[in-house]
This record gives sequence, structure tokens and C-alpha cells, in this order.
Amino acid sequence: MSVKEDITARVPGGDTGLIVLVLASAYLLYLLAGIGLGYDLRGQLNSIATLTFYIGVFAMLSLALNLHWGYTGLFNIGIVGFMAVGVYVMALVSKPLYVAGGAAQVGGLGLPLWVGILAGMLAAAILGFVVALPALRLRADYLAIVTIAMSEIVRFSFLSGDLQAFSLMGTRVGFGGGSGLILDFTPPLEALFQAFGLWGVYNGLVDAFRAIVPTNPKPVVDGLIYGLLLLGFVVAFYWLLKRTGESPFGRVLKAIREDEDVANALGKNTDGFKIKSFMLGCALMGLAGILWLMPQGAVTPNFFRPRVTFFVWIALIIGGAGSNTGSVLGGAVFAAVLYQGPRYFQNLVSTVFPNLDSPSGFGQAISPLISSFDPVPFLLYTIDSIRQLQLVVMGLVLIWLMHNRPEGLLGHRKETASVIPLSRPKSMVAADGGADESVRTDGGVDEGDSTVDRESNGGVDDE
Amino acid sequence: MGIAETYSRGRALAIERPFALVLGVIAAVLLGDLLLGLATGQTQFADIGTLVWDGLMRGLVIGLAGIGLSMTYSILNFANFAHGDYITAGAFSGWATTYLIAGLSRADIGALLLVGAGGSVYGGSLGIGMLSTPLAVVAGIVVAGGFAIALSLGVDRFIFRPVRNEDGITLLITSIGVAFALRYMMQFVFGSDVRGTTAQPPSVGLYFVDGTVFIDAHDITLLVIASGLMIGVHLLLQRTKLGKAMRAMADNKDLALITGIPTERVVRSTWIIGGGLTGIAGYMFVLWKGTLGFNDGWLLLLLIFAAVILGGIGSIYGAITGGLVIGLTASMSVLWIPSAFARAAAFVVMIVILLVKPSGLFSGRSTA
Repeated sequence: MSVKEDITARVPGGDTGLIVLVLASAYLLYLLAGIGLGYDLRGQLNSIATLTFYIGVFAMLSLALNLHWGYTGLFNIGIVGFMAVGVYVMALVSKPLYVAGGAAQVGGLGLPLWVGILAGMLAAAILGFVVALPALRLRADYLAIVTIAMSEIVRFSFLSGDLQAFSLMGTRVGFGGGSGLILDFTPPLEALFQAFGLWGVYNGLVDAFRAIVPTNPKPVVDGLIYGLLLLGFVVAFYWLLKRTGESPFGRVLKAIREDEDVANALGKNTDGFKIKSFMLGCALMGLAGILWLMPQGAVTPNFFRPRVTFFVWIALIIGGAGSNTGSVLGGAVFAAVLYQGPRYFQNLVSTVFPNLDSPSGFGQAISPLISSFDPVPFLLYTIDSIRQLQLVVMGLVLIWLMHNRPEGLLGHRKETASVIPLSRPKSMVAADGGADESVRTDGGVDEGDSTVDRESNGGVDDE
Repeated sequence: MGIAETYSRGRALAIERPFALVLGVIAAVLLGDLLLGLATGQTQFADIGTLVWDGLMRGLVIGLAGIGLSMTYSILNFANFAHGDYITAGAFSGWATTYLIAGLSRADIGALLLVGAGGSVYGGSLGIGMLSTPLAVVAGIVVAGGFAIALSLGVDRFIFRPVRNEDGITLLITSIGVAFALRYMMQFVFGSDVRGTTAQPPSVGLYFVDGTVFIDAHDITLLVIASGLMIGVHLLLQRTKLGKAMRAMADNKDLALITGIPTERVVRSTWIIGGGLTGIAGYMFVLWKGTLGFNDGWLLLLLIFAAVILGGIGSIYGAITGGLVIGLTASMSVLWIPSAFARAAAFVVMIVILLVKPSGLFSGRSTA
């Protein structure tokens, strides 16, 4: 019996309970940190909105990655490339037409936002198809190299001056090159509520918020509502992937993950299944990228560095590959602890000790430590460059996880292929006392444990 | 051989390997375009000469760094994504030494050791170069190799060894963790600015058909050191028992172990050879291009992977050949496409090889 089963066993409500518990403690922690930082209500609400935003995007991305790696065993480390293509194609389609003398250097096709989002997802899926075609038939690590190479090619292409501005269907469009692209379409929330004729209602809500936040409540409400919207998308992703995983299609994917030759021998066209699953995951990654960058107002190619891919992988590995619940949990833990946590710590320190001027370089930081054993400048420099050290910490966390807990918090759990539950009825378990341990290791499913992943012989892929 | 036979062979080729045929057509079109450019005077022979020379130099760096990657790939059976950051680490350690020796008594020691972080010291103003400060450069090369060896042995001992018996993907993910930790640690210490490291080296212009191709002292240094090391590794692996033991291990680790091959010692030797070459490659890369930034190794790594896969994993000749092909592709592609896509062209070559010959050019050979 390992720790992971203890965790879920101890939390009431199983996996869902665990997620709720983790989310609640993350929010509590942030509220406490906000009190420590002396935030007013507005600051607290903003910090909650930011946290929700990052939990949402990382949960979505790790769910999409879970379809690739956890379900199908496709080692995709080019996530950020699919996000970039999604966002840029969406911008190309949805930005308003070019007007000479406007703030934007280039225009778009001026189509509605939802058309742009669909086009972005489609483009990401097509890119996935192109990437998967040569690499899928080969070893897993070849796919890794091809995907990460693709993501860097995408970034360099958007950086290049050749795609900065060009003409498409008679209008001036483009990707803006290194200086970035202004996303000057209708703000997504406005577009969404107008589409349902609820824009007036929303404005009423904003006005009502004046009771809590007297001055300029709109950005606060926008942030909160967008965060909720993202959580809604997380639920939708979760539902979609759960349905996919439990469908006949999903069962073939899991068979491919466990042993592709066997799946092939059973008459399944494994290449076709892999390509479809890869394209679906890529489209979802494109959507997650769009949702991440849509409200930001502008996008630059250098946002799409491989480190974002690395973030998503850590989130998935924390949660446990193969488990949708684990993916959400991993996204939340990653966003709250590893991604936003150090930045909050930095803020906290600079609030507690204002007027600190940290040294500008490592040299000025380390020399007092060597010459006069004065560690203060070094500590200040450490806190000042916490955004780099954060990545060092993430790297070490990843190494630690691979050494000690490669299955993550919720990964590698037993899963029955059978439609009816194979666990003994409760009365029987109660009748013969301690036998429930062995039943569970044989592939039994906990009551209320709706997301069970991995085949009943889930140990196979450990080797 | 009759015409009919040639025709039927051609038809069989077209049916069996349509990809190869399409590639042949594309290659012919590109060549035709180039010849047309030369004939009409749009492209000059000297330009091509310069690009070839540039690609050759780049290819030597990629090949040199690729040997280590190829060896660990075949013997330890995983793609080491930290390899690029070994390159950067070797470069930084070597250049700190070079700065220290070249600039001692002329600048602050701390600034020299940090390779002029934040613009405190400039390599150009120290006059660093192979001919102007040979001692500093040679010491830098030695330190770069030594530091990369120490780093790769340390990382192997504490990070890779505990998970050595896991599958390749576990090791691969671990190596990504190592890569990020190393890279951003280097950014923490050395800063994120890209610094110029060398003074303009003296160069000679060689007359070539219709213009001049310039070759400078650092090109020659790179050529001599890289080919010297490549020949050295070739002899080491061909003439000693170590090479045989490595081939045996790459083939079947368990079998090698029961035959009495000290596998851990072979693994250590692999890291020593690979790490040393990698560190020196990093140093030479910086000497050749004259700038140093904390992202250099990572960006080079993708090309190195392309080279190693192109040549066939496990073959050091494959790594060298692949490196030259990738280097030449990256440099010469600007004849046909915008320079921003040069890197992309190198990957396209890799993907094409994956399609046509997945096991690489030197397939079936493991380490030498």
C-alpha cells in the first residue's frame, strides 16, 4: 500500500475531495499572504483572480498533455509551439481589419472571436498532424526531439521579419515579428456576454460591485469572471477527456500506451489512433494557449520559450500521468506553489523590508560574503532574481520527483477494463474483514472514485 | 545494362520509395536554382565559398559536441537534454579562466571570473584571441574540458545513477530537470546578457573564382583542435579495449556485465570522454563566434540532436558526419530561404532523414 492510496483514502470525497481540499488550502494560503502584504479587498480579489487564472491554464494544459502522455504514451515536449500557433492564428483571423495610422502595425481578417478560436485550434491540430506524421512511427524520444525542435522553429518563425506583415485576401495582416502583436479585438468577456445578449447584465454586475470596490471595479470583476470561465473550461476539458478515455477509442489509446504491438496485433490501426489522439491534444493545447493570452492585450514570440512546456510537464508529473484528476491537481499545485509562490514570497519580502536595494549582479552580491562574511547582499540578490531561481527549483523538483515519486500524486492507479465493478460488494468485504486490501490491489475500484486510470496490470510500463 | 532494365528499375524505385523520388526532385530543383543563380551572376562563387566554410566550422562544433551525446545515447540509452547546458557550463568555466589569465592586473578579479557580467569587462578590450593571448586560450580550453568532465561525472553520480535502471523516458525527463536547473543557475551567476568575448582575430583572404573568402585565426584553431580531438577519439575507441567494451555495452548491458566488463567504469569513461569533448566544443564555439550567452548551449543542442539522429545514434563517425551535414545545411540554406529559417532547414533535413532512413546514415554501428 503506498502513500498515494493513503492520501485519497484519508480525504473524504475521494479525488474530488482532494482537489477541493488542495484548492481551498491554496486560496487560504494566498489570502493569508495577502493579509501579510497588507492588501486591501481589491488587492485580495486581484490576487485570487490571478491565482485562479494560473490554476485554470495549467490545469487545462496538463489535462491536454495527459491525453498525449498519460493516455497514449506520446512524449510531446513541444506544447508551447501548439499554443503559439493557436494564439497567432486566432489573432490573424480575429483582429480587426488594418487601418492606416492605428496603433496596430498589422491588421487581421476581422472575423468574430469564436471563428478565430476555432481556426486557432484547427491550426494547432494541423501542425500536430504534420509533426506526428514522421515521428510517430519511430521511438518515443524521436517524437520528443521533433516536437521540441518544432516549438523552437515556430518561435523563430514568428520572430522573423519575413512574417511580420504580409497581404492576405487584400488586407494587410501579419504576425508582428519580434516586437509583438497587439491583440486589439473585442475583449473576450465582452464578446462572450454580447453573444448571449447579457452584456447589460454584466455591466449591472460591475456596478453592483461598486459596493465592495468603490473605484473602477471593472478590472477586478473581469479578472474574477475570467478566472471562473477558465475553471469552467477546466471542467469541460476534464469531462471531454474522461469521456474520451472511457470510450472504445480511449481504450485503444491505453492499449497502445501499454503495448503497441499487442494493440496492432489485435487489428487496431495504431498509427491512426495515435495521430487522432495527438491532434486532439494539440487542438486543446492551442485552445489553452488562446485562453491564456487572449486577455493579455498583446503577445510576443519570446513568451513561447520551452520553459512553458517544462512548466506543464512538471504540473503533469506532480499530479501523476494517466490521471485526469491528477492533472488538475498537479496544475493547481504547480500554479499555487511553484509558479506563483516564489513571486508572492518576493513581494512579501519587499513589503516587510521596503527600501532594500539589492545588488545588480552576482559579483556585487557575492563579494561582501567572501571578504567580510556579510550574507545580506547575497540574500537580497537571491530574492531579487527569484524568477530565475524558481526555474532552478523546478528543475530540482522534477529530478526529485523522478527519483522518488515518478507516478506523481495520483498516477499509476489500477483500472478495470470491465464495465461492471469488479470490487466485492460492501457487505462481503465487511464479512471477511481484512481482505479488502487484496481486493483493491487486484484492481478493485473505490466507491465514488470516478477517475481511475491505468490498466489493471498497470505495472507493465514501469519496466 | 539495357534501357528497359534501367526503366523498370526506375519504376520499381518510384513505387517502393516515393519519398526518395520526391526528395530527388526537390534536390534537383534546388541545385538547378543555384546553378541558374551562378550562371546569371546573382550568386557569386565566393559567397558560396564563405557559406561552405562557415557551415564547415559550425559542423565541426556540432560534431565535436555530438560525439559525447551520441555515446551516452547509445550506452546509457537515453537522450540527454542536459547536454546543451554542459556545453554552456564548459564555455563559461573556460572563458572565466581565459579572462582571468588575459586580464589579470588589468581588471577586477571578480568581474573577470564572471566573464564580464553586466558589461564590467569586455573581451575585446582585453584583446583576447588565439594569437594575441595564446596561453589564456589554451588554459581556457583545458579548464573547459576539465570542468565539463567534473560536472558530467557529478551529475551522473548523484542524479542519473539512482535511476539508471529505469526506462529511457524517465532518464530523459530527469535530464530536462538537470538542464533547467543548470541553465538558470548559470543565468543567476553570470547574468542574462550576451557578451562579446574576443577581439577581432587576424584573417587571410583567399581568392576563390570571383571573390575572396576570409579565413581567420580562430577558424584555423577550431579546425585543428576539432579534427585533432576527433582523430584522438577514433584511435582511442579503435585501439583500446575501452572501445570494445563500450560497443559491447551499447549492444547488451547485462551480457556485458556477465562477460566481466566493469560496466560502471565504462559508463564513467563514457562521461569523461563525452564530457571533455563537450566542454571543449563549447569553448571553441564561443571562441569561433565571439559571443557568449547562457542560452548558447541549449540552442546548439537541438542542432546536435539533429546531427546525432542524422548520423545514427551511437556512431561517432555518424555524429561527425551528421554535424557537418547539419552545419552546412544551416549555413547554406540562406541561398534559398530567408536566414530566419536556417535553423528550421536543419530540422527539416533531420525529419527527412527520419522519413527515409530512420536509423540514420551510419546505422547499425554502436560507438565507433
